[in-house]
Amino acid sequence: MLKIAKERLNELYAKINETMGLFIPIKRAGEVNYAIWKDGKEVSLETLKTVKSPKNMFFPQSENLMKFKKDGNNLEVIDVREKLGEKIDERPFVLFGVKACDYKGIEVLDKVFLADPVDSYYQMRRESTTIVTLACSRPEESCFCNAFGIDATAPMGDVTTWLDSEYLYWQANTEKGEKLTAIVKELLVDGGEKEVAAQQEKTKEIMAKLPYANLDLSRFTPENLNELFNAKEWEEMSEACLGCGTCTFVCPTCQCFDIRDFKTNEGVIRFRCWDSCMYSDFTLMAHGNSRTTQMQRFRQRFMHKLVYYPSQNDGLYSCVGCGRCVNKCPQKLNIVKVIKTLGGKDND
Amino acid sequence: MQDVSTEKKEFVPNIVAFCCNWCSYAGADLAGSSRLTYPANVKIIRVPCSCRVNPMFVLKAFQQGADGVILCGCHPGDCHYVTGNYYTRRRMALLYSFLNYMGIEKERTRVEWVSAAEGAKFAAVMNDFVKTVTELGENKRLTDLRVKEGE
Amino acid sequence: MKDVELKMLERAKALLESGEVARVVGWKKGDFYFDPSPAVFESVEELEKDFVYNWFCGANLSKYLIQIAKKEGKTAVFLKPCDTYSFNQLVKEHRIKRENVYVIAVECLAKLDVEKIKAQGVSSVVNVEVVEKKVSVTDLYGDVTVLNKPDVILTKCDTCTKTHQVKDEEIILHERPERDVDRFAEVAKLEGMTEDERFAFWREQLSKCIRCNACRNVCPACSCVKCVFDNPASGIAAKANDDKFEEQLFHVIRAFHVAGRCTDCGECSRVCPQNIPLHLLNRKFIKDIDGFYGEYQAGETSEGKTPLTSYTEGDIEAKDVFNGEAK
Repeated sequence: MLKIAKERLNELYAKINETMGLFIPIKRAGEVNYAIWKDGKEVSLETLKTVKSPKNMFFPQSENLMKFKKDGNNLEVIDVREKLGEKIDERPFVLFGVKACDYKGIEVLDKVFLADPVDSYYQMRRESTTIVTLACSRPEESCFCNAFGIDATAPMGDVTTWLDSEYLYWQANTEKGEKLTAIVKELLVDGGEKEVAAQQEKTKEIMAKLPYANLDLSRFTPENLNELFNAKEWEEMSEACLGCGTCTFVCPTCQCFDIRDFKTNEGVIRFRCWDSCMYSDFTLMAHGNSRTTQMQRFRQRFMHKLVYYPSQNDGLYSCVGCGRCVNKCPQKLNIVKVIKTLGGKDND
Repeated sequence: MQDVSTEKKEFVPNIVAFCCNWCSYAGADLAGSSRLTYPANVKIIRVPCSCRVNPMFVLKAFQQGADGVILCGCHPGDCHYVTGNYYTRRRMALLYSFLNYMGIEKERTRVEWVSAAEGAKFAAVMNDFVKTVTELGENKRLTDLRVKEGE
Repeated sequence: MKDVELKMLERAKALLESGEVARVVGWKKGDFYFDPSPAVFESVEELEKDFVYNWFCGANLSKYLIQIAKKEGKTAVFLKPCDTYSFNQLVKEHRIKRENVYVIAVECLAKLDVEKIKAQGVSSVVNVEVVEKKVSVTDLYGDVTVLNKPDVILTKCDTCTKTHQVKDEEIILHERPERDVDRFAEVAKLEGMTEDERFAFWREQLSKCIRCNACRNVCPACSCVKCVFDNPASGIAAKANDDKFEEQLFHVIRAFHVAGRCTDCGECSRVCPQNIPLHLLNRKFIKDIDGFYGEYQAGETSEGKTPLTSYTEGDIEAKDVFNGEAK
């Protein structure tokens, strides 16, 4: 294991930035979100939950797909990935400070975007990125990653790091991780096993005491699909839902998008942007909308996370317990309340 | 093609003028038939009444690359529909004040009352507005960069 | 707050039992002390099980009535002082039928913001005691921390001086000390900046916007059945968030659409996941309306015209808006 003193982290970022782009939690106008690092930006690794998850590294909230240029009777189709320069650096990227839950979230997205047919936009970013994860040391009451079998104290990724009041501890896990380590080697020194083990033990103690430590998900199985779908509780649970997209946009695993065209002076840009199943125009078709009430939209979101997705992906839930929706829902509705209502006997 | 000249191109602003059908548009007509000149980069959009102009029109004009937006209607009290422009006056006073609050230069927006008999005023107003916006330079704050692709 | 909660519960139970109302709109308990949700209660059992009114019931319940008050029978609702303005405005706009609703006005004394409490280093709140200007917060581990109340109340409560406005309402314990605050101070501060500074300020703030529409969906003034931004045929229904124009368009138009109708209830800022001070947009319109056309408070009554649906012959001209401060 290697380590670097906390006050030297800026040197580490600068070193990485010499050859690679760096996407890291940065404080801007009071809120911490992942953003591209530049010298002078305020990095906040201590922030437990960035407002948006790091998924927009691979799956940006809006992304140009192609351009159509009209010249007389000719229509030219331009693949914008050839000139991504302005937005996402053409250099390989390092995604830094990913928590265990968010890392699991990337795994959930991989199953969607990297399955056949592969989403080559996502794939391009995913393959050129090295992920540096950061273990949690101060989980809070809205955390419930352990319900999904995630160990917040030992996230995977190409490199795993741990942070305490003095040092950042560093351990490479993969070939990509080794390469990154080689780049920053001169800044790192040996040591830290004891400190990391102590921190892990302490964090686990806190985790066990958290109010959401023992959620029971046992009823969310494909066999119970109909029963869950028809549960009378949905009506009451969704009553206060505003139909905003906050939960879907802060979620590390929500993956729905819309594709639209934008008219420019020389043609058309086709772009995609995040969509939310909470919106009234979600999956709008010529005949209208397939889900006409907010209850149906609300149910769709949670059934997808807890039943539909796992039934197609060997039981992997598409919730990772990051708790962002718990914190951010304007009316304090969230997936935990759904799990507690429908999940199983042990939630009582 | 790369522009070979090293000289900077002179900035010619895009100006959108919303003109009411009954007064200001007729005023523009009179300016033309009286052989008065005003810059060709003023693009007139005829509306039935200045009151038809929704704040969205103003923002859309800026989005699509306008550098200045001017709204012209009948003088208060002279509205063809009796009270339309009174509402316009309140709306635009609030909208322009608000845009300025968001940091949009106040010189980019204007309201002028031009009657059908005021051809000379119409030309003078447009000349002055174009001059003001030209001095101000390109609108960079309330524009959609995607629209300018290919420029 | 516990005594108020008990009184509210008693009234709600009595109203349901007597059959005077068919349902009660209030708040129900969450998993923690700080996460109550708006809820509809239709039986005494439901009330006894879940009803709550505490320091975290910041949500404005009036907008829910647009749908709920259409149901058969009368609906009782608990409204805080600021919520009553939204209610009046909705009655004025014929979105709610006054006779379908039984209003019970309740004490507020400012609500707390759990995010601000967290920012002070206290998480997992299990109970809160408020005495005057001090808030004692008990956390999950039994530790008690004493915080200054003004530091941890919702932003929308910072400058609130609102009092109950609904006619024929029933009032439960409404007493509050007079406050002397200037709600336009922050707007005036922004006005005092240069154009460049203001632009930089809003650019920075709006760059955080994720277009989740929470501000719109929670807003009692945003009561359109179909919003122009949700209409694919409107030409502006873009959901893209990364270009600087989209957010400006959305927020400018939204603020304009509620101008003269916004009661300054502050829900937009409360729900913003990125904590953008959206109320400062609406307040600019309120301040301008007050300055240009005379003081006006939307929602003070449920009758009469709004500033943008009326005029006088001597109104200020747009060009004079910038010539010094309008009177």
